[in-house]
Amino acid sequence: MRRTIFIIPALALLGILCMHMPAYAQETLSVQVKEGELRATPSFLGKIVARVAYGDRVVSMGSRGAWKKVSVREGRLQGWMHASALTTKRIALKAGQTSVRTGATQDELALAGKGFNEQVEAAFRKENRNLDYTWINRMEAFKVPPELMNTFLVQGSVVPPPEGGKP
Amino acid sequence: MKKPLWIKGTIMLAMLSLAACANVQTATTLATAVGEQAGVLSHAEVESIRKSTVAVARSLEDFTPEQEYYIGRSVGAVVLSKYPAYTNAQGNQYLNMLGQTLAAASDTPQIFGGYHFIVLDSNDINAFATPSGLVFVTRGLIRCCPTEDALAAVLAHEISHVQLRHGMQSIEKARMTEALTVLATEGAKTLGSPEVAQLTQTFSGAISDIAKSMINNGYSRSFEYQADKVAVVLLQRVGYNPRGLIDMLTVMEKKLKPGGFDFAKTHPAPRDRIAEIQGDNLSFTPVATPKIRQERFLKAVGNI
Repeated sequence: MRRTIFIIPALALLGILCMHMPAYAQETLSVQVKEGELRATPSFLGKIVARVAYGDRVVSMGSRGAWKKVSVREGRLQGWMHASALTTKRIALKAGQTSVRTGATQDELALAGKGFNEQVEAAFRKENRNLDYTWINRMEAFKVPPELMNTFLVQGSVVPPPEGGKP
Repeated sequence: MKKPLWIKGTIMLAMLSLAACANVQTATTLATAVGEQAGVLSHAEVESIRKSTVAVARSLEDFTPEQEYYIGRSVGAVVLSKYPAYTNAQGNQYLNMLGQTLAAASDTPQIFGGYHFIVLDSNDINAFATPSGLVFVTRGLIRCCPTEDALAAVLAHEISHVQLRHGMQSIEKARMTEALTVLATEGAKTLGSPEVAQLTQTFSGAISDIAKSMINNGYSRSFEYQADKVAVVLLQRVGYNPRGLIDMLTVMEKKLKPGGFDFAKTHPAPRDRIAEIQGDNLSFTPVATPKIRQERFLKAVGNI
């Protein structure tokens, strides 16, 4: 019972603290895609205002649906990113490297860049010389810009319902 | 000892406000909400998909998007060792236009390396999606599609497998633990060659786990039904007629050869999938494809 007495106020305090935080408390997030874009509006059709890379940190300032308004470079640039491109975990990057190496704690994307990476793929390919990655690399180059996606839908008279979402 | 009501109340309130602070899983919430609104999914189904997505995200959270990307590349290479790529630029371009448009409207539009699609040069009726978003569809399966809406259904089903992380779930538990142990003990060091060798072995095992499940044995029936349901939601969201999925399955039912090593082996029978989709008391209106949509579909893949 004595323990309960301590736990309750503690929980209640935490709860109250949380309730009193502004609805859009600033939160620092990490980019978890290879190439991320900040857009002028919360839509893939929005103009790209800045580009970010895997592991870059952004400050979230608000959200609309599945989109988050974020700022980068000490607040100098702002734009919208889809929530699926972001994670609350920290991705520790070694300066000048695209893969992660150092200083991962449990809260961070712990295995960041270590683990299955380019190096491991190279070793795997050495053992599996029958596997051909030519078309894998070619596939990765197939990229359709959002503007073309929109044109594709419009030209095909593909009309989303009111709650639907174009790219 | 019975706790007074106010204590319970305070605990509940505190827990609730804490939950509101926590970073809530956004993935699938939107799709499932739309599905529920549209009457595609029952409330219970919505809840079960949501719960399993959250649970999966937790159990797999130690694999970074970058790692999934490398796993996906090699699984893709294994797929291409079974079926060659169909080097038809027009067909592949169209497939990417349609597929990437659908993926952009999914709950996970942004994945590490993005979604990419390709036609496989085979008469088998088959399709695969790697955890990293590489999607492969055979010419045989495209021939089961009478309309763009039907082909959109095929791609939406594959995108759903990626979103629901079905591929990653085929990795054996023991193998995951093994990989995570190596990585955890490795700490802040850079990988040395013994670690690389050990990781490569685990990597190789993970690739074969996924390939075995995806190519040879198929996922569980429930994974397939789940992918169909999420696909229906995605189609509706973009504006395609979800009836396209049933049209495609109806043709497939006629074309599948018993004993084949394609969907005949790895997927529930098309008629069962149709029954499962319609089991939600859905009334699908027939696909009324505008002329211009049908023309571009036939132009791109009509002779495939």
